[in-house]
Parts: sequence; structure tokens; C-alpha cells
Amino acid sequence: MADEATRKAVSEIPLLKTNSGPRDKELWVQRLREEYLALIKYVENNKSADNDWFRLESNKEGTRWFGKCWYIHDLLKYEFDMEFDIPVTYPATAPEVAIPELDGKTAKMYRGGKICLTDHFKPLWARNVPKFGLAHLMALGLGPWLAVEIPDLIAKGLIQHKEQQNNS
Amino acid sequence: MATVEELKLRVRELENELIKCKQKRCAEKDAGGSQKHYRQRIEKMSAEVVDSNPYSRLMALKRMGIVEDYERIRSFSVAVVGVGGVGSVTAEMLTRCGIGKLILFDYDKVELANMNRLFFQPHQAGLSKVEAAEHTLRSINPDVSFETHNYNITTMDNFTHFMDRISHGGLQEGKPVDLVLSCVDNFEARMAINTACNELGQIWMESGVSENAVSGHIQLIIPGETACFACAPPLVVAANIDEKTLKRDGVCAASLPTTMGVVAGILVQNVLKYLLGFGSVSHYLGYNAMQDFFPTMSMKANPQCDDHYCRKQQEEYKRKEAERPKQEVVVVEEAQVVHEDNEWGIELVSEVTEEELQAASGPKPDLPEGITVAYTIPEKVNAPAGEMVEETEQSLEELMSQMKRM
Ligand SMILES: [Zn+2]
Repeated sequence: MADEATRKAVSEIPLLKTNSGPRDKELWVQRLREEYLALIKYVENNKSADNDWFRLESNKEGTRWFGKCWYIHDLLKYEFDMEFDIPVTYPATAPEVAIPELDGKTAKMYRGGKICLTDHFKPLWARNVPKFGLAHLMALGLGPWLAVEIPDLIAKGLIQHKEQQNNS
Repeated sequence: MATVEELKLRVRELENELIKCKQKRCAEKDAGGSQKHYRQRIEKMSAEVVDSNPYSRLMALKRMGIVEDYERIRSFSVAVVGVGGVGSVTAEMLTRCGIGKLILFDYDKVELANMNRLFFQPHQAGLSKVEAAEHTLRSINPDVSFETHNYNITTMDNFTHFMDRISHGGLQEGKPVDLVLSCVDNFEARMAINTACNELGQIWMESGVSENAVSGHIQLIIPGETACFACAPPLVVAANIDEKTLKRDGVCAASLPTTMGVVAGILVQNVLKYLLGFGSVSHYLGYNAMQDFFPTMSMKANPQCDDHYCRKQQEEYKRKEAERPKQEVVVVEEAQVVHEDNEWGIELVSEVTEEELQAASGPKPDLPEGITVAYTIPEKVNAPAGEMVEETEQSLEELMSQMKRM
């Protein structure tokens, strides 16, 4: 169950209109424009709420995405690379976000460092096709995952703070 | 120019080669370099009962009148998507039964963490699953032809290739395969197989084991006729476990070799019945390991399915049915009571209040006892709660660079 802060953040992300996946040519470009518009708005919202926590970019076809996400714990910034492919069945199915460098460190991951989303995520996504996009995936999927897993991994000593990340 | 992906694949291939070479050297040391455990190919299946004939007990099915023509097994090509806990055992069973051709798809490699499951062995750790599987299966039965693909079918390029192999990977190259078996462990891959099979009009069977490892199912999907994977929210076998006692924190999924073996067994049984034409072929067969209960049912394709190829196949099916001369009336199993209350304890939403939960729930299909849906979807939501993206003049390239500068 999403907390109030997440619900508020999600409600401020613009919804998408175009129901189109990477196998559709022109409509996919339209969908991608909407994805970027929603992502830009979400990052702007995060910045103004002093909660900037990820960056994403894609290849020019918009089929492969990569970026960084970070989590502040005890005033230290922990940053990770993330990546995912857009499945051919998108947006009916959400992409599987991976943080390869954490692979094998937590049981809340599938092979290849794909994060394991809560039971609530899939029904929620299915009910909101095609209105939810990648910004929603970040807010409802990756964000809550980091909030639970990173403090736990730090507490267990499985991730250490990198010195160069100190100036956050 | 080679892309990073291509180079990664190449590295993978070379790693596989290296592991195989190492294994071969070990095996040579052990067996003094002989290949004596490998049998010769058998041109024609024989029913003769001699200790060297691997088909005598299978051909006995014919003598006993169970199967009319067992040798037909050699004329079929089956694609197995996902060579994990269920897929590898499925492939092994089909290999031992003497199937004509197997096409294996999986992007994963064998890990020591897989050793709680059947089939793979510790010395294969590091090899791609398809390659390790082919190696073992070929030594079990050299009469089967194998084709393997080490990639993720849900990405754009691979999906096109996947579709091509389904439609051309028959025993006789150029013809479609006879059956596709889904032995994958995730929703995305199932939907990708569903998309491909709806487009191609390819008959396939779905299989699955729940993440808590105590239930599973198999399902026959005939595009246009029986419900496809997108016709309804995912069907699940109710495990009858109190949700409050089910602890999900800290782990993604559990797995048991037993449940996977049972599911592979009922899957291949259904495949044999379908291909060789004996017994009755199940449309949906569930397995509840907690109660040892096997619910069955049949579900028609949904005229409102989101997949437009599914709807197209339904039109096609209707047209064919209308053209067909009328036969005797088929007795359809009576659908059983709908559970109005949420007795299987599915609780799913991120909605907070009871009203929100009600509003977010949709109609539940008529399902027999023991089978339910993973979640429901409300019929058309009136106005979307929230604002839509505002149209701008900016091109995709401009938006991409704006995002990059943030
Ligand atoms: Zn359908």
C-alpha cells in the first residue's frame, strides 16, 4: 500500500494518452514524447520538493533506458546505475527495472539485478494502462523499493558509501 | 560496428566455449577419452523389446491401444520458451519421448542457486541454460533435433526473430512449429508469447508455478477459440493460505522441485494427448499443493480482449464455425458459483480506504472453485483522476536533450 507522500507525488505526474508500444512506428514516437514530458515534469516536481532522486535517458528509439538513481541516508548519498528495456508488450506490461550492481546482495531481486516489485504494483499498473508511464514506474516501483532496500543493505554492511559521492 | 549488446553476447559465447572445453577435458580424463555412453541415432522407431531399444515401452502404448500411432511423435516440432525449473524438465520429457524437434529459448545462465530444481547439474554453472540443456538432451536422445536461442524474447529485435522461428521452425524448415510451450516465470514474457501467438494464430500452452511454490497451472490457448493470456487478468490457483500468515517481506519467490516437476508433468501429458490424439486435452488444469486439489475449467476468448489480434482471431474462428457442418451438441461444463465474497483473500490495491478499494475493483469472471484471478480491473473509469500531459511543439529530440540537461 502506497504511503501518502507517494500518492501525492504520483497524483502530480501527468497521465499519458497514447496507447502505443515500441512495435508501432509513428504512434510510438508520440508515446515517447509523452513519456519524456511526464518524466521532465516529475523530475521538476521532485526538484522543487527537494527530493530529486533519479535521472533517465534512452537510446534514440526509446527502447533501451539507462540512468542513475540515488538515495540519501544519514546525509550521505548512495548512487546506483539503473537500466531497463521496453518490452514489446509495453505499456500493457511495465518494464523490469534493474540495478545490476546490487545483483546478489538482496533477496528482493530477480536474476540480473531486476528489482522485485510489491504485489500491489502489477494490479495498479494493469488498471492504469495506458495512462501510467515510466515516471509512474519510477514513483511507484523503484522509489519505494530503494526506500526499503537501501537502508537495509547499508545496515547489513552490504553497500558502502563511496568517498567521491560525498558532495551531494 | 558491433554494439555493446553484440559484444556482450560474443563474450558470453566465448565463455561458454571455454567451460565446454574444460568439461570435455575432465570427462576425457574420467572416461579415458571414449564416447561409449553415446548411442547411435535410430532411423525408425521399433516396438521390439530389447535392452538397447529406448522406444519399446513407448511403442507399447500402441499395442495396448492407448495411442493409435506413437511414431507420429517424431513429426512434431515444439518450442519451449524458458528453460528453468519447469521448461528444462519439460524439454527432457519430450526428448525422452522422442519428439522430432525442440527449439529452446532462454537468456539466462545456469547458477548454483538453481540446484534446488531438477535437470541442471553443478558442473554446468556458468553455461547458458539453452546450451547446457542441449548438451544433456542430445546425449539422452540423439534422434531429436535441437535449435537453441540465448536471448530475451521480450525486447524488440529478439521478438521479431522469435516470431520468425515460431512461424518457420517446423520440422520441415519454413513450416510453423506444432506447439509453443510457455515455461517462463514472468508476466512480460507470457504477454510477449501471447502477442506472438495471437498474431500468428499459433496454438500454445501456458504453464506456471506460483511465487510461493505451492500451486501451479497449465492452460491450452487456441487463438480465437479459448481465452488468451490477455482475455482476463492472470488466473491463479487459490492456495487457500491466509494472507496474514503469508510473509512476503524479504524474498521475491520460493521454489520447490516437486511443484515444478508436477507442473512439467501435467504440461507434457497435455502436450502428448494433444499431439498424439488420446484422452481429453485440458483447457485449464490447476494444482493446489496445499490441499492436493486439481481444479479444471474451460474459458472462451473474451470479445472485449485488449489484444486486437485476439479479437481478429475470434472473428476468424466464428466464420469457420459457421461454415462447418453442424455436429452433435457438445456438452459444456457448467460454470460454477461465483464467489461474491473475497474468500481467497486477494487484497491488492494501493488504495487506502474501503471505498477506493471498491472503486478500483472490477467484475470477477465466472470461475470454478479453486481458481481465481490475480486481480480485477474496473470497467471503463469515467474521467481519469489527474491531468494529462500537455501537448507541446517540442520534438522528441528536443525533449530528449531537455531531459539530459536536467
Ligand atoms: Zn484475448
